[in-house]
Amino acid sequence: MNKDIVSIKGINDGLLITLSTTEEWQVITTELAARLDEQSGFFAGAKITVDLGERPVPKYELSSLRALLERRGLALLVVQSGSATTLESANALDLRAVALNQPLRNAEGEPSFDPDEDGTLGLMIRRTLRSGRRVHSRGHVVIVGDVNPGAEVVASGDIVVWGKLRGTVHAGAEGDESAVVCALDMSPSQLRIAAHIVTSPKDKRRQVRPEMACVRHNQIVVEAWEA
Amino acid sequence: MGAKVVTITSGKGGVGKTTTTANLGVALARMGKKVTMIDADIGLRNLDVVMGLENRIVYDLVDIVEGRCRLRQAMIKHKQFPELYLIPAAQTRDKTAVSPQDMVNLANQLREEGMDYILIDSPAGIERGFRNAVAPADEVLIVTNPEVSAVRDADRIVGLLEAENKGPGKLIINRIKMDMVRKGEMLSANDVTDILAIKVIGIVPEDESVIPASNSGIPVTLNEGSRAGLAFRNIARRLLGEDVPFMDLDENKGFFQRLSKLFGGA
Repeated sequence: MNKDIVSIKGINDGLLITLSTTEEWQVITTELAARLDEQSGFFAGAKITVDLGERPVPKYELSSLRALLERRGLALLVVQSGSATTLESANALDLRAVALNQPLRNAEGEPSFDPDEDGTLGLMIRRTLRSGRRVHSRGHVVIVGDVNPGAEVVASGDIVVWGKLRGTVHAGAEGDESAVVCALDMSPSQLRIAAHIVTSPKDKRRQVRPEMACVRHNQIVVEAWEA
Repeated sequence: MGAKVVTITSGKGGVGKTTTTANLGVALARMGKKVTMIDADIGLRNLDVVMGLENRIVYDLVDIVEGRCRLRQAMIKHKQFPELYLIPAAQTRDKTAVSPQDMVNLANQLREEGMDYILIDSPAGIERGFRNAVAPADEVLIVTNPEVSAVRDADRIVGLLEAENKGPGKLIINRIKMDMVRKGEMLSANDVTDILAIKVIGIVPEDESVIPASNSGIPVTLNEGSRAGLAFRNIARRLLGEDVPFMDLDENKGFFQRLSKLFGGA
């Protein structure tokens, strides 16, 4: 048994499985299967959160991991990762993807920026989010593409849409009233910042220009984006 | 050169998947192609009715998959086009009677039968039936109507296709009414593509001859005077790789507008 490859521990509403970021994927899945089978039935029915660290996990690997857990009666619900590839895979499989907020580091492992400056990791998504797609991040979210009606973006930090924003967005989801939402074309079906909610006016003649939404005097205001 | 598998899907129901499948099948057969249409809507079969072949059904898709008949026995030959076939859906079972792998196998068998095109009529929804219909597809056509709810569902379908690596698909905008578009009461083709941002392969005008054609089992494409029929023939030609310009849908333009168009105006 190797705790460096697979670690399993109880968290408030299920199990957190942390997998090695350096070991071969094959070795990891074999070890995980062996560990679960050892305890056969003990974990059955548990809700699973998997922490994949910085490892980029393609969709088919994540999908086979989910199948491995399902065969043992375990439901994979949440994927934590610091890799954009892994988060995309999780999104594609309709799993809840949680971006890990690890400080940026350079090759020597030292923080590569002044910690006094704001430098939270974000989730970068370089495609259009279509109806039914949900993106969730503990950090910021940047989308290069559109957010279509029926898509939803939830971030604890800011949300920037380099495209048309027409879906639902929630910035500062954990209560941060200083969070902002920016878009090149701002017409969300619903826009939330912390606990405030607004909808877009249905004005067909509205001018399309980059805009930024923020909370001011306890309400959401949208204004031309002049950075 | 094997057969090309084209799946017709939509997400939302009632937008014209079955009508589109029937008309493309007939239009391709008329151009001399060997075509098999598969009705993947197990439990709610319709394509046989629209094709006027309901009373010829002996075996169906599930019979093939479960080995109760040979492939050829379930292929119903069309009355007018000897190289146009229909594999009907089972009416007494449900979507789980067939798996995506079964559909891939069936498509491969049909390729060996020397088909040029295999058209699959997908059920509405995004569940098993949809996944069955899309599994063997080389190309996916997404049918939508110019209304917000249909476009929303089409958008979801495009997202799911991208996740399955089946490409974004191509769009058919069905039942557009130009007079309503002009009055701002209906989404225009541009409004639809503004959201979906995928390639349009056809725009089909609303046409009162479609419903009687479906009821009588003679797809509207066989009606030379029908504008919808012409639109479907154009889509079939585009599927074959021809560059066919989109038809001018403004049939009710006034004399002066026509005149000004003649002289290069708007």
